[in-house]
Amino acid sequence: MTSMERVIPTVNTMSVPPQQALQALAEGLHRDIKQGAQKHFQRIINVSSADPHRAGIKSLSFVRQVLAACLCPQLLKDKSLPLDVRQRARTLLEACDGGSVGAYSPSAGLTYVRRSIADFITRRDGGVPSHSDDIFICAGSHRALMVFLKLLARGKGKTHTGVLTPVPCPSTLPVLLDDVDVKMMPYQLNEERGWAVDVDELQRALTAARGHCEPRAIYISNPGNPTGHVQNRKSIEEVIQFAADHKLLILANEVDQDCVYGPDAEFISYKKVLLEMDQELAESVQLVSFQSVSSSFLGEGGLRAGYMETINIDPEVIHYIEILLCFDISTPVTGQLALDLMVNPPKPGDQSYDTYIQEVLLHRTTLTQNAQRVVQALNVLPGMSCQPSMGGVYLYPSLRLPPDFMKYAEVSKLEADVLYCQMLLQEEGVLLGPGWTCGGASHQHHIRLCVIVPVETLEEVLSRISAFQLRLMGRFSNPVVDVTKEDRVFQYKTGKVIKREGGLVNGSSVVV
Amino acid sequence: MSATRIRILSARNVLPLGRGQSGGAQRSDGDSKLRLLTSPHLSPSSPARALSSLSATRRGLPQEKMSENGMMSRAKVLTIDNMNPTVKKVEYAVRGPIVQRALELERELSEGMKKPFAEVIKANIGDAHAMGQQPITFFRQVLALCSYPELLNDNTFPEDAKSRAHRILQSCGGNSMGSYSASQGIESVRKDVALYIERRDGGMPCDPDNIYLTTGASDGIVTMLKLLVCGEGASRTGIMISIPQYPLYSAALAELGAVQINYYLNEENCWSMDINELQRALNEAREYCNPRALCIINPGNPTGQVQSRQCIEDVIRFAAKERLFLMADEVYQDNVYADGCEFHSFKKVLFEMGPEYSKSVELASFHSTSKCYMGECGFRGGYMEIINMDDEVKVQLTKLVSVRLCPPVPGQALMDLVVNPPQPGEPSYDSFLKERTATLNALAEKAKLTEQVLNTVQGISCNPVQGAMYSFPRIIIPEKAIKEAMALGQQPDMFYCMKMLEETGICLVPGSGFGQKDGTYHFRYKIPLSRIRMSFCHFKFTLQYS
Repeated sequence: MTSMERVIPTVNTMSVPPQQALQALAEGLHRDIKQGAQKHFQRIINVSSADPHRAGIKSLSFVRQVLAACLCPQLLKDKSLPLDVRQRARTLLEACDGGSVGAYSPSAGLTYVRRSIADFITRRDGGVPSHSDDIFICAGSHRALMVFLKLLARGKGKTHTGVLTPVPCPSTLPVLLDDVDVKMMPYQLNEERGWAVDVDELQRALTAARGHCEPRAIYISNPGNPTGHVQNRKSIEEVIQFAADHKLLILANEVDQDCVYGPDAEFISYKKVLLEMDQELAESVQLVSFQSVSSSFLGEGGLRAGYMETINIDPEVIHYIEILLCFDISTPVTGQLALDLMVNPPKPGDQSYDTYIQEVLLHRTTLTQNAQRVVQALNVLPGMSCQPSMGGVYLYPSLRLPPDFMKYAEVSKLEADVLYCQMLLQEEGVLLGPGWTCGGASHQHHIRLCVIVPVETLEEVLSRISAFQLRLMGRFSNPVVDVTKEDRVFQYKTGKVIKREGGLVNGSSVVV
Repeated sequence: MSATRIRILSARNVLPLGRGQSGGAQRSDGDSKLRLLTSPHLSPSSPARALSSLSATRRGLPQEKMSENGMMSRAKVLTIDNMNPTVKKVEYAVRGPIVQRALELERELSEGMKKPFAEVIKANIGDAHAMGQQPITFFRQVLALCSYPELLNDNTFPEDAKSRAHRILQSCGGNSMGSYSASQGIESVRKDVALYIERRDGGMPCDPDNIYLTTGASDGIVTMLKLLVCGEGASRTGIMISIPQYPLYSAALAELGAVQINYYLNEENCWSMDINELQRALNEAREYCNPRALCIINPGNPTGQVQSRQCIEDVIRFAAKERLFLMADEVYQDNVYADGCEFHSFKKVLFEMGPEYSKSVELASFHSTSKCYMGECGFRGGYMEIINMDDEVKVQLTKLVSVRLCPPVPGQALMDLVVNPPQPGEPSYDSFLKERTATLNALAEKAKLTEQVLNTVQGISCNPVQGAMYSFPRIIIPEKAIKEAMALGQQPDMFYCMKMLEETGICLVPGSGFGQKDGTYHFRYKIPLSRIRMSFCHFKFTLQYS
């Protein structure tokens, strides 16, 4: 434990958020390994956040082929690229000023792409109309949210804008809210019910928020980041009704809308549900929905593009969105083109169609299997439990840490889950996201794990977590025992749990 | 002068960021310091809030008002009346009503409507590719290879493009441009940028840790401003910007609720900077705010001047004496045309002035892929180099950029190519050099032509275009036209530019969007690449109104 003690004070005194501190630690370890440091792991695996390509998930060929042809128009004549790729590239280049991806786009995004997005939304929502004037392309959905929040932010003290925010929430959200100076007003998602939204809890959170700030919006991510929960129509209706009753604007992160795999789960957009509710609500409840190229099976976060669709926002306010976008960092054009390809993939009969479908199917299968595999593997570990997920790219297992560990965390002046992640990183080379970054401390500690990674990577991660967890539970309860590599292999091959009590190994059946 | 000067940006006077999560501590006294975007309530009596008086259209002071609708149970949450009042102060001239009208005219033309011109010429924005400038083939080949690495097996691409693409992909997570990069930017790109700066500055050392890759230069500028702005009332941060200025600055300062301090460039002396004027502006500003930074655009936008070495030294001395943080917008560093003019980076001059300055004056310098011979605006590539920044502030800066996740990776890749282009002996070198030279020569030629053509037009006088991509000619607007403009509630130069657009199809930006001395009128004119119009000569504005 000496190595751990050496590092803790560093992390502790660094005035950086824990995720960044952990990231820095991971980079340090990576460098050490490269320089020949002896570790029992050969590489650091980062599953703390969704970055599919980095993890080894392949990009979609169609998307990259079209972008290549747009970047280098000499490829438009290259017969080795499929015909539909070249045609699409030609169409997209025509949509760019001067026929070049090097030209600025209008501040709200390329008109052509905004229309494609509106058409896509209309199709997705079964004909509920979407208008391209309500679509605003930004340098990522995160950036879109930032721009919109700037409109909402105002006031001081009791009139300071507050946003009802789920706990857990996406780890990037708290910092963003802080940056645009709106207050985060937490509502707890219900873990026992698979991380569903409880209206009673919303009510409680709202009441608690009043007096500290002026709650003006409710943020929700569906499919849930990091919970993997997917809301059904009834749940969405409840949230909308609640927002209407309490004059809240709805900020719906629907970035993972393509990733729904739960047996009875289905993605329904907030917009569709809203516009199918009674007319008074449909015409008054304000809603902004976010989507991005970093999401779903594209995984093109590095291209930095996303969009928001605004509903029931007055034209005078829209004018200011346009102004803000004018001097915001404008969206890289390659990213905008990727958005077009995302919402408008190859159709049956197109030359690229079969390959595209195969690649997407492979990603989908990987994601679904990985999500199930994590639940299966972690639920057999002592001190860990994981709700099954229905969609999204994360799982959010909960930790039941031994009292001695909690005391140790307290002494170390670290949140227990942060300490847990730090130790796991140092001892097994796996970087997870501490739950604390997903909305602050609660009585229960969690870890965030991204599952859109290759199957082999996931198995390696689970094996390392398992070894660590067993060792940890052993170390912090008497007497201290260690788990051998054979135990780990046994555990993974058989799916049987090994519980150690007083130094004895018990194999017992697995409940999944 | 003491060598142990206190830094302008220290951890104590920089805005605290993040939620102090490492210790689980909640923000304690941060509220007042952290209020960035929520407007300090404007009180008419507070001169410190007289922000950005340059905007052509000022909406009244934001006030809550209860409309009839506001009383209804289904009132909307967000309306123009309860929106963040600070946002209402932000106006952006470059893409204002003239551009709206230009877009309409384009549509009308495409629908077959008859106009006195055949096409709209967008001389309003520095968008080279939109105006027909061709990209550098090598850059695009490498980017295509990075996008679809299977093309590495394709024989149509030169070997140096392939090896460059391979190198870039090696530095991307999972060998893909689709992965997020570090917030500060890809390490190998930052190293290449540092080497480029060292070469450019004749061997002055550059530390890659001081390089931050950005989403275009504007991202870096806004980030630095955000880091600088704090305080309330008379201690509110003031930022000195040139008039005429690039409207990004006034918009960002308005949004941050910072105090804009105007210093005027000397039109009579080819838009040069004048230390006496800087001193005047600073002294006046000290009455009502806390001036902390001085922004310079060199070569100038919109004015096209190139600062002499002497002038830069004077500015650095001024900044040192007055303890100002220097922000040098140097995105046009390759766009210098006039004989006898040369680009000098602030960094180089600073380091050549000796340790008294080079160890203390804080400087941020900005560059991007959007201008020069590349003109690749759509990629949003850029970097900033920071010098003499306090270590603790650097930590805050790193945190601030991490809120933005990361700059676009294709833009980072392009930045890498710009700072590390083909070398002599490599297969692509000749064509690269040819394309680069052709573009820069064309720009230089058009810059000269712009000055000549504009100066032949009655009522227009134009300074030489020494650099950058614009000219900012002065226009004489007859009294009759001014009256007509006022009657329409328009700035006279807006009125002029609108007439110009309607009659000739040339889309300009009125000078009022950039700021100008009272009673003078200008427009900004982007020197076009492929077509320069004699249309100016057909514009009978002065005749009509005299």
